[in-house]
Order: sequence, then C-alpha cells, then structure tokens
Amino acid sequence: MRQTRSKNIGITIYILLLLTPVYWLLNMSFKTSREILGGLTLWPQNFTFDNYTVIFTDPSWYNGYLNSMAYVSINVVITLLVALPAAYAFSRYKFLGDKHLFFWLLSNRMAPPAVFLLPFFQLYSSIGLFDTHIAVALAHCLFNVPLAVWILEGFMKGVPREYDEMAYIDGYSFPRFFIKVFLPMIRSGIGVTAFFAFMFSWVELLLARTLTSVDAQPIGAIMTRTIGASGIDWGVLAAAGVLTIIPGLLVIWFVRNHVAKGFALGRV
Amino acid sequence: MNKISDNRAWWLVLPVFLLVAFSALIPLMTVVNYSVQDIFGPGQAYYVGTEWFKEVLTDQRLRDSLIRQFAFSGAVLAIQIPLGIGVALMMPKSGVKGSLCLILVAIPLLIPWNVVGTIWQIFARGDIGLFGWAINQMGMDYNYTGDTLDAWLTVLLMDVWHWTPLVALLCYSGLRAIPEAFYQAAEIDRASKWAVFRYIQLPRLKSVLIIAVLLRFMDSFMIYIEPFVLTGGGPGSSTTFLSQTLTTMAIGQFDLGRAAAFSLIYFLIVLLISWLFFTAITHADKEK
Repeated sequence: MRQTRSKNIGITIYILLLLTPVYWLLNMSFKTSREILGGLTLWPQNFTFDNYTVIFTDPSWYNGYLNSMAYVSINVVITLLVALPAAYAFSRYKFLGDKHLFFWLLSNRMAPPAVFLLPFFQLYSSIGLFDTHIAVALAHCLFNVPLAVWILEGFMKGVPREYDEMAYIDGYSFPRFFIKVFLPMIRSGIGVTAFFAFMFSWVELLLARTLTSVDAQPIGAIMTRTIGASGIDWGVLAAAGVLTIIPGLLVIWFVRNHVAKGFALGRV
Repeated sequence: MNKISDNRAWWLVLPVFLLVAFSALIPLMTVVNYSVQDIFGPGQAYYVGTEWFKEVLTDQRLRDSLIRQFAFSGAVLAIQIPLGIGVALMMPKSGVKGSLCLILVAIPLLIPWNVVGTIWQIFARGDIGLFGWAINQMGMDYNYTGDTLDAWLTVLLMDVWHWTPLVALLCYSGLRAIPEAFYQAAEIDRASKWAVFRYIQLPRLKSVLIIAVLLRFMDSFMIYIEPFVLTGGGPGSSTTFLSQTLTTMAIGQFDLGRAAAFSLIYFLIVLLISWLFFTAITHADKEK
C-alpha cells in the first residue's frame, strides 16, 4: 500500500511540475499587458478576456487556426489512406526488401530540415502548390506516414489471419473484406494513428511556414510575425498559445483509452 | 505470425513508397546537386566537385556546433530515458486516474514547437517569469540571456519538459502490454521490486525503448525552433545547434553549397548511428 502512495505522490509532483509552465501561459493570457510587464503576479489581478477577444475578432488571427486545421485534417486523411494498405502488406506478407524499406521510411525523419527547406520550397513552387493547404499536408506526410505504418502494423498483427481466409472463403473480394471486415476490427488503431498524425502535423512549424505565405499560413507563423511588429503583446501571444493546445486536448480525449495500446504492439 | 512470401504485396506499399519518395528523394537530390556547386545566384552556379566537402571537414565553426550537438543529444538521452521509464512506472495502471494522467502528461507534446519556445522564454525570465524569478529568489544568479551555462541548462530543461512525456507514453504502453501472469509468477517467487523491474519489465520494454531512443536521438539532433525562439542561439554561440548553424549558412548567408555539403555529412552521421544502433539490437535478438 505504501508503494502505491509513494507512486501517487511521485506522479503528482511530476504532473504539477509539468503543468507549471502551462499554467504560467494561461495566467498571462488573462492579464493585461500592463500587468504582465509591471511585475510578477501569481494569478491575474485584473482578470480580462481582451486577449482572447482580439484573436476571435481579427481574421488574420483566427484564419491561422483555420489554416492549421485545414492542412492537419488533409494530412491525417492522406496519411491514413496510404498507410492502411501498406501496413496491411507489412503485417501479412514477406516481400522483396521489406525490412530495408521500413528502415528507409524511418530514416526520412532524420533528414536535417533546415537545409531541406529550400529544395522543398522550390519543389512545391515548381508544381504550383506553394501557399496551399495541400502542399503542407503532403510535406508533413514525410514524417507522419512512416509512423502511421508502424503503429497500424502493430494493430493489424493482432488480428489473426484466419479472418482474412474465412472472408475469402465466404466470397468477399479483397477491397470489400478490407473495408467491411478488417477496418472495423482495428478501429482503435486507426484512432491512435490519427491522433499521432494530428499531433506531429499540428506542432510542426518549419515546413509549414516555409511552404506558405498568406493564404495557408499556420497559426504558429502568425504568432512569430506578431513578435516582429511594434513590440511584443505578451497577453495576446499567450492567449494564442493557449488556444493552440486545445485542439490537441480534444483529440487525445477521444483516443485516451487506446493510446496505451498503440505502441506496445508495434514492430521493431 | 508466419507471413506468406508474396512480392505482389508491393502493390499495397506502392502509394506510401511514391508519396514518401516524392517528398524525400527529390529534395535530397537537390541538396546533393547544391553540394557540388558554388552558387552565386539564379543561373550562376559553378561545378566545384568535392571542394565543399573538403572545406566543411576542416571548418572550425561547424565542428564546434557538431560537438555541442553531440553533448546536447547525449544529455537529452541520459536524462529523458530513465526519467520517462520512472514516470511510466508511477502512472496509475487503469481507470479514470490512469486516463487523466495520460492526458495531463501528454500536454507538452501537443503544443506547437514555437509556442514551447515562447512559453519558456517567458517562464524563465527573471522579472516576469515564475521559474527565473524563483531561482533568483533562492539567491542564485540566473540569467539565460546573459550566461552561457544558464542558457544551456534552460534549453536542456525545456527539452526534458517537452519530450520526456513521449518516452513516458511509449514506456507506459509497453508496461500495459505485460500480461498479469508475469507479475503473479514473480510474486510466487517472492521477487524483489528491483528483480521485477530488471527481469520482467525492462526486457519487455525493450522494443518501445528502442523506438524511444531512436526518436529522441533523431529529433534532438535536429532541434531547431525551440532554442531559436528561446535564446536565438546565444549568448555568443553557446546554444547554436547544428540545424541553426546550417540554416544561417543556407538562408542567411546564401552559402548553399557549403550548407548542403554539411547537411549531407550530418544526415549520414545520424543515419549511421541509427543504423548501427538498430542492427546491434536486432542482432543481439537473433543470438538469443
């Protein structure tokens, strides 16, 4: 019993430390600029929603959120569409170069983004996709697809092959079996994959910023732009920061019961 | 599960292959192309062969940032992996409390990277940030914009704060996959807590730990946005890590050839280390 209690105390302390910086951001987002710069206060003395009002009424602010949402959603859809069949192939078949292919996919995460930015910019400009949501979504597939294949494969391995064979005997064609029988069985895996794809696409900024200028600019880029102009409005910046956390929280809430399963099953 | 050999499975992998090849190989080839040329502007490029590579290997600035990078990645792994395992062991196994812990622990992962930098930029300030203020109140002289060591520690702390949750989540999912029977057997044998950890939990965590180490190594090696927002690479160049040196070179000074040559070398270093690690682990597996 004592064991559990010390564990509980340990995890509570860890979570408190983890949340302190986030609290500080939240705290600041409810303060006026004068109070922020005036000195240290542990909670807002003049509680205000002004910072949030600025964001929700100024199109150049809230469009950033809409843009980010747009390319993240497109990315999640593309990622799932291509990763599902591939993960099925990895989980069911041996084929020429399968192990190397997997390591190659993973190795794309290792490319230093800094110098690859310019080629990326040139590539997407030359095919006329610059400053569109689809460009960012495609670019983010570079790191999301390998991860999705890996997580999904783990879940698919958990489905015995007898199901495939039985469906085949019952006269199901492969696409029909895959959509009607197989996908429902790995629902939770799809949820977890969608969460991770969402997360990594949402937090990435370097590629997203390089591939956009006005029409598809992500919220992160808008925040850095604001730093440049006429000093820093810390309050608005903090409010914008708080709002970037919320979509992620919503998504993880839906998959909370499946996340733990996600990685344990994966291949190495 | 024994798998069937069937090369037709390539048809299912093909979309992934094409998509990733499009986004990976074309830019990679462009970088290779840059690395053998001296570029002055559009249409003004001269073939210089391996000259950049030779120059890069003797460049002091790059060598310094490479050493800083290794020190940083080493420190990151040395702190985050044990801490992540510890946190995962402490998290409640199931129920509402388990879900709640999971969500709270995951919060730093959901924050865009530049916001992470911004949060710490404020949080660590001596005048308006809680962390900087608290340290100063304790009588320590702390100023991350002025002092090299402070800046370094702040970046490290930020990374630990940001990424330990990933290690913890991975380990947590690994721990949940251990069948209850293993623990019952250990109880019958009267195994100590340490023995349970050493001989049951740790071996079973191996597969997720491999991924955790690989991901953390790769990502910490190309860390860019967070220190850039937090310290801007300063003071001096104490927190200028590789990506930032390269970006300054490529975009700031438009020294494309040199930057490209170095990023290829850098890519190969990461690839080599990851590959060695990967094969060493899989070989050790086969021998058992």
